[in-house]
Amino acid sequence: MTAPSEPTPAASTDAKPGMIEQAKNWIDYRMPIFTFMEHELHEYPTPRNLNYWWNFGSLAGIVLVIMIATGIVLAMSYTPHVDHAFNSVERIMRDVNYGWLIRYVHMNGASMFFLVVYIHIFRGLYFGSYKPPRELLWWLGIVILLLMMMTAFMGYVLPWGQMSFWGATVITNLFSAIPWVGDAIVSWLWGGFAVDNPTLQRFFSLHYLLPFVIVGVVVLHLWALHTHGSNNPLGIDRKSEKDSIPFHPYYTIKDLYGLGVFLIFYMAIVFFAPNALGEPENYIPANPLQTPAEIVPEWYLLPYYAILRSVPDIAIPFTGIVLIEAKLAGVIAMFASIFILFVLPWLDFSPVRSARFRPIYKQLFWIFLVVCVLLGWVGANKPEGVPLLVGQVCTAYYFAHFLILVPLVAKYEKTRPLPESISQPVLKGDGESGE
Amino acid sequence: MRMTKALIAALILVLGVGIAIGTSVRAADAPKPEAQDWSFTGLFGTFDRAALQRGFQVYKEVCSGCHGLKHVAYRNLSALGYTEDQIKAIAATVEVQDGPNDNGEMFMRKGRPSDRFKEPFPNENAARAANNGAYPPDLSVIAKARPHGIDYLYALLTKYKEEPPQGVQMSEGMFYNEAFGGGQIAMVPPLQPESVQYQDGTKATVPQMAKDVTTFLAWAAEPELEERKSLGRSVLLFLLVLTALLYALKRKIWSELH
Repeated sequence: MTAPSEPTPAASTDAKPGMIEQAKNWIDYRMPIFTFMEHELHEYPTPRNLNYWWNFGSLAGIVLVIMIATGIVLAMSYTPHVDHAFNSVERIMRDVNYGWLIRYVHMNGASMFFLVVYIHIFRGLYFGSYKPPRELLWWLGIVILLLMMMTAFMGYVLPWGQMSFWGATVITNLFSAIPWVGDAIVSWLWGGFAVDNPTLQRFFSLHYLLPFVIVGVVVLHLWALHTHGSNNPLGIDRKSEKDSIPFHPYYTIKDLYGLGVFLIFYMAIVFFAPNALGEPENYIPANPLQTPAEIVPEWYLLPYYAILRSVPDIAIPFTGIVLIEAKLAGVIAMFASIFILFVLPWLDFSPVRSARFRPIYKQLFWIFLVVCVLLGWVGANKPEGVPLLVGQVCTAYYFAHFLILVPLVAKYEKTRPLPESISQPVLKGDGESGE
Repeated sequence: MRMTKALIAALILVLGVGIAIGTSVRAADAPKPEAQDWSFTGLFGTFDRAALQRGFQVYKEVCSGCHGLKHVAYRNLSALGYTEDQIKAIAATVEVQDGPNDNGEMFMRKGRPSDRFKEPFPNENAARAANNGAYPPDLSVIAKARPHGIDYLYALLTKYKEEPPQGVQMSEGMFYNEAFGGGQIAMVPPLQPESVQYQDGTKATVPQMAKDVTTFLAWAAEPELEERKSLGRSVLLFLLVLTALLYALKRKIWSELH
């Protein structure tokens, strides 16, 4: 960014600039914030062919703002103490003006955030948005996902219902699988010898902190994005002026329209089915002496939960020697299922980004999507019988997709010819089926 | 066209997630209760005030002996259509402990509208001691705390059976109830025909009382329901119009490009 020259009276044209214009120039010379905004929001060249799947990034940003705004207001009336947390939430629902609205917006906002971000990620997977030169952009996105999962998990503990307490117990206990130091780590996380008041208080503190960390990483995510600009459905680089349009007004209005559609969906849930996505069990106050029939996380964490519970003991065949116990193996697999995304740009080394021109990868993408949804279904069921079997097959496939199929396809797939440019696709109307 | 396809695909994804959640029926849980007709479900649902008052009467005369309603205040009863004086009278029927006074002593006084419903037992141990070891849960949010909450409550209150099916060994002091997970419940069948004398002349059959008290408990769990739905209709209407305008504007702005 270069600072503009100090506007002098001589430099101005015959018409004297107005007061506001003068103030703008004064500020901009000292800190070019208006130049920056003009550059990054107005002129910012964007591929002209982005489809509606490209709406979900800005939607995620807006949901993050909604979550922070409602969260700050909720924190004003919430009490992070095991004796008062559940009651204070009911106070918010009954006695705080529009407290029920703020809480339902926040509670369902978590689900909306994950829904929007998952669509955003799968769009990236379909159109190859993780490929050079956008690997860092992709990494920062995965960091945001990890932070979101931590934030959502700790937020779910705050109402101190049965599922809050037992979810916290199960998830923190995972760390006890770490050899030698596991138990010490778990006590350290709890701040005691069980999930109790110290746990609730630190979770509240961190639940308030992490969203602002997410904001920071989002800024980096946008910085990386604006360095090379958006990928596009054709997955080819912009070559001429004709391939780009300014972000404003074209994508501001398209994003606003998308926001309208999204808000209709979001608000329909908030006002007419606010508890449909939640567990009824969490309206029962936490009781450390009574374990619920089954402990399940919220829907957006179910696939990982399924992977966690699908992995058996890793043993040397026919010897009965267990190398890694199921619990530790499950924890490793669960974390690996996300960390594997970091190396995806190198596992998928095909130079063609968009699945529109990759007939085999396109099939793999849809199978992978179905496998992820199936894992979600498995996570909601007890790990026995059919769900356990489906879970094990899908977990194996999940990793095979990244470690075996994607690299093989990248090597051997015969891709379709790419269009000359974004503005003149040589194959008009081709590749539509993927949308 | 592209947009429609995109929306359809998004819907499929949402449905997939929905099915994943919807099928998560816990094996140990109660059987899925039969769906009843309720006045307060759906887009335009409202509570039937007469049913609410009858339901409150059932709660007061039958349930409140064992079950608390600690998140609801007497003043909230104005939503049921009671006048201020009636609410004062209702609150005054209980004695609550207050204090300390200027001499540092706790004292008993009559309930006030600002008080929350008096709990039937001083603590959980007392509740268990009086109920054969079982703990009657607080009913403030019970309608939200069970899968298919309202239908479940209705089923629970109407599906007691005098005799368990053949081969079912009942534990000491337990009652057989088809709607309850596992079939054996510690709660004494609470409703008998004419358990209460309705003031409005409605015949107090067991299904009638079950329906009324469930309506009352649905209100207790979601006192904001009517306001929520009414505001929700305005919000959705506004968003529909706004989104239609944004779409028109988007078409206009983009038409310069094509």
